[in-house]
Amino acid sequence: MTLLLELKDVGASYGAVQALHGVSLRVEESEIVAVLGANGAGKTTTLRAISGTVKRSGEIHFGGRRIGRTPETVARGGIAHVPEGRGTFAELSVRDNLRLGAYTRPNEDFQRVYEYFPWLEQRSAQTAGTLSGGEQQMLALARALMLRPRLLLLDEPSLGLAPLVVRELFRIVRSLNEEEGVAVLVVEQNALIALETARRAYVLEAGRVAVEGESQELKKHESVRKSYLGY
Amino acid sequence: MALKDTRLMADFLQQVVSGLASGGIYASLALALVLIYRATQVINFAQGEMAMFTTFIAWSLMNHFPYWVAFVLTLAIAFAGGAALELVLIRPVQNAPVLTIVIVTIGLLIGLNGLARRIWGSDPRRLESPFSTDPIRIGGVAFSIQDLGIIGVSLALVALLFGFFQYTKIGLGLRAAALNPAASRLVGVRVSLMLALGWGLAAVLGAVAGMMAAPPLGIFDQNLMQPILLYAFAAAVLGGIDSPLGAVVGGLLLGVIVNLAGTYVDFVGADLRLPVALVIILIVLLVRPAGLFGHEALRQRA
Repeated sequence: MTLLLELKDVGASYGAVQALHGVSLRVEESEIVAVLGANGAGKTTTLRAISGTVKRSGEIHFGGRRIGRTPETVARGGIAHVPEGRGTFAELSVRDNLRLGAYTRPNEDFQRVYEYFPWLEQRSAQTAGTLSGGEQQMLALARALMLRPRLLLLDEPSLGLAPLVVRELFRIVRSLNEEEGVAVLVVEQNALIALETARRAYVLEAGRVAVEGESQELKKHESVRKSYLGY
Repeated sequence: MALKDTRLMADFLQQVVSGLASGGIYASLALALVLIYRATQVINFAQGEMAMFTTFIAWSLMNHFPYWVAFVLTLAIAFAGGAALELVLIRPVQNAPVLTIVIVTIGLLIGLNGLARRIWGSDPRRLESPFSTDPIRIGGVAFSIQDLGIIGVSLALVALLFGFFQYTKIGLGLRAAALNPAASRLVGVRVSLMLALGWGLAAVLGAVAGMMAAPPLGIFDQNLMQPILLYAFAAAVLGGIDSPLGAVVGGLLLGVIVNLAGTYVDFVGADLRLPVALVIILIVLLVRPAGLFGHEALRQRA
């Protein structure tokens, strides 16, 4: 396996409040990795440090090179970030949202995305804000796919969605990973489904990596089980 | 009786077309205001003076070049100048409170007016018109070719701009950057570049408005765009300050309303046209603050 993304001792702060205290983690090529943790543990900030939407210290390498400092350059490098709250352009049509996903690409390949999300094709003219929450999360994922990313950053994709929709969402993430080899770094509150989907996981506590390992092992890990799986 | 009716009708149609011509100019400038408002939530008070300045540039160029060459050159200069103003003046105060940015645009208004007086002096000028001032008969009614030309140019410009926003990648980037800057950055849109482009496009709209407004007046000076800016404010408020379509419809509607009121309401006459526009602002703000096509303040915070 080759290394795709590596964070070394990454720190980040919002004004005077330090949110990350030296996080190190890695994602291999075509691997799904989960980041778990309580509210405020620094999960979202870790993703934001990668995509350049928060000021950071430490080193991040992507595909063997130092990663860009601004979200624009990170996106151009092939990392698609689906932020918390989805980052959908509610006033724009479904089609324009998808076009924006391919903004940095020379062409817009809608068909490839419609294969994963057939219903988007019929509703391409609909205003994105009128979709249901689950549909908007699917649209956000579809938009990210338009970038043809090597790495997908997903921030709390299950938030506010019905269990069935969450299942469907993670099924699509898995098939994206299997069929196209897209690597995924997913932040989740829903540890159960995250550990089922990911090969490895990191548990953050107060801005540091507390536990890391294979998902199968973490499921048996006592403190992880108690804190995040609830049994 | 029938003859009199026909003449009344012809007169009315002439006044409507004449109102649409003024309205096209208001619409162009209102659209410039809306473009910048959508991107920065600020009214650019200097929009009129930017247009006046580029009209003087057009006047200088027309001394050396044929009309349409000078026209295109002026648009290019306006675009570069508008983008440069954003970079130099607006960017440093981008994250300041709205009031700060508004005051910067008011400073720019005063500065451009003074600079234009310094460069071109206070003698009134005459701007060449690309259109004949002769009338043309359509269905028995005489219309001014100049009026029809102004309507044509304004509408063509608006149509071009809508096509650009709807179908090009940069147009999409401009819309996205205005709606949700944070999410735009995540998909790779260079939001700061988009802001500069937006100012450039707004300046182009203003330049066209200025070049269309000056010839029918006969002579013009540095105060050329001041009443037109007030009409454009009224048009933008009427249409909805965040709606490009509203700016265009509002501009055309306002042009017709003001012209008809000035012609048929004795009390309004020639002197009270501008106050009519202000009354319209007041009524819209009281009855329907979002305007005809605008949205109530439902803006998401980025």
